[in-house]
Amino acid sequence: MIEHLRSIPHEFFWLFGSLVVLLGISSTIAAWLQGRPADEKKTASRANLVERINAWWVMVAILAVAFLGGTAMTLILFGLASFFALREFITLTPSNPGDRLPLSLSFFLVLPIQYLLIGLERYGMFVIFIPVFAFLLLPSIAALRSDVDDFLSRSAKQQWALMVTVYALSHAPALLMLNLRGGHPGTDALLLFYLLLVVQMSDVMQYVFGKLFGKTKIAPLVSPSKTVEGFIGGGIAATLIGAAMWWITPFTPLQSAAMAAVIVMMGFLGGLTLSAVKRSLGAKDWGVMIEGHGGVLDRTDSICFAAPMFFHIVRFFYS
Amino acid sequence: MRPSSTVLVGIVKLLVGAYARWIGSSPAPAQRIYFANHTSHIDTLAIWSALPRSLRRRTRPVAAKDYWGSGFRKYIATRALGAVLIDRSKTDPTVDPLEPLRVALREGDSLIIFPEGTRGAGATPARFRTGLYRLASEFPQVELIPVYLDNLHRSLPKGAALPVPMVCTVRFGSPMALDAGEDRDAFLERARAGVIALATNTGTATA
Repeated sequence: MIEHLRSIPHEFFWLFGSLVVLLGISSTIAAWLQGRPADEKKTASRANLVERINAWWVMVAILAVAFLGGTAMTLILFGLASFFALREFITLTPSNPGDRLPLSLSFFLVLPIQYLLIGLERYGMFVIFIPVFAFLLLPSIAALRSDVDDFLSRSAKQQWALMVTVYALSHAPALLMLNLRGGHPGTDALLLFYLLLVVQMSDVMQYVFGKLFGKTKIAPLVSPSKTVEGFIGGGIAATLIGAAMWWITPFTPLQSAAMAAVIVMMGFLGGLTLSAVKRSLGAKDWGVMIEGHGGVLDRTDSICFAAPMFFHIVRFFYS
Repeated sequence: MRPSSTVLVGIVKLLVGAYARWIGSSPAPAQRIYFANHTSHIDTLAIWSALPRSLRRRTRPVAAKDYWGSGFRKYIATRALGAVLIDRSKTDPTVDPLEPLRVALREGDSLIIFPEGTRGAGATPARFRTGLYRLASEFPQVELIPVYLDNLHRSLPKGAALPVPMVCTVRFGSPMALDAGEDRDAFLERARAGVIALATNTGTATA
């Protein structure tokens, strides 16, 4: 344990400290705002703000536990996030009795194996396990039970669920097995931190810029809160924040800006696409787990799309 | 709180969430009979887990002796949940199966019951058996709270061995009571309608 704590780069403590200070300031301002007189609409939006900040506290706490606890702890936490996200997805997906076994196996077999493969650093198997084994075998089980009503649509939905919530999301902690910079243990963890920070900052900045300047809706039917102004303003802000963080990564400042831009873009597409998926399943929020945040999948949709792309670009160019 | 029940609540929350929605009542320490639709073996545990910790101690699920009365299940039912076991077999016609429930109510405990008497297959509960009516007329001071459990018929339906994790909300409705001179069947139908009404009223989040 002590050995592990020593291996955590000092940058982490600086970053973590700054985040705590930032959140502390935000919470103080929010508390001050809540004490001021307001009409009903303002009260509601302030309550929403407080809920968002509180959820950030929870995320920072989880992040701290993950980093201080090491790879195993990080994998357990991301595994749980996958589990809850998959649970939300499957709850909204219609299923037949023939799907029960493949669905149970997705939760209790496929998901743990996927994360175990990261822990064992079996890159080859990690990349193909779900696309080859799960995607071919799970629908076969349903077919063997000759439950054929609406078969393609059912199995397509279940494969989307597994692909997004388990396969894609697991690419975030998979950064830990890249062993960059000659295997210095802290580098990969900081890269994961970098990914999460840019994704979250992008979400927050787009929300803020959207509230301040948002006029032109990008896809009003899919996601009414996404605006051109919010996306461009927030995206540029998050890209600059990412560029300014180059010193915790193996990138130069310019490369770091490019990486952050990719993360911002993919995160945006993830939010939009999963919003479309959600709406086609007939729901507004994925679940009821995190106060003020809809569901786990509402919070992780951007990471689900950004993580695999970021993982493979880093792996291709830097390892 | 017994450690075994804390573990159970943890597992239930992981599998199905069991998020409480207090739509017409609040989690108060009044003596109550919670009555719910019944579709799965998780039902009892889901309602139990949705109740605040402070209320669980005085709230006793009612479980069928033929399923929960032996081995490990008995350990869970009686040790972890403090369940009241009810004999559905009616082997001895002189014994009223409701007697253990009366004992618990006289001691001031609240109960969780499933008036259908057995697990159904769909989202809508079947006809209620008469036990709820008899308890309501014998204990008029006890609040009757309708409860609706969603999605559990999909998570672990009758005959399934493995659960599929699904988000389940536990919706607690407004307290109701037996009206003066109300007919048995009318009351049971009104109670059932109270549960069904919660199926479409999803309520708003309360933590």
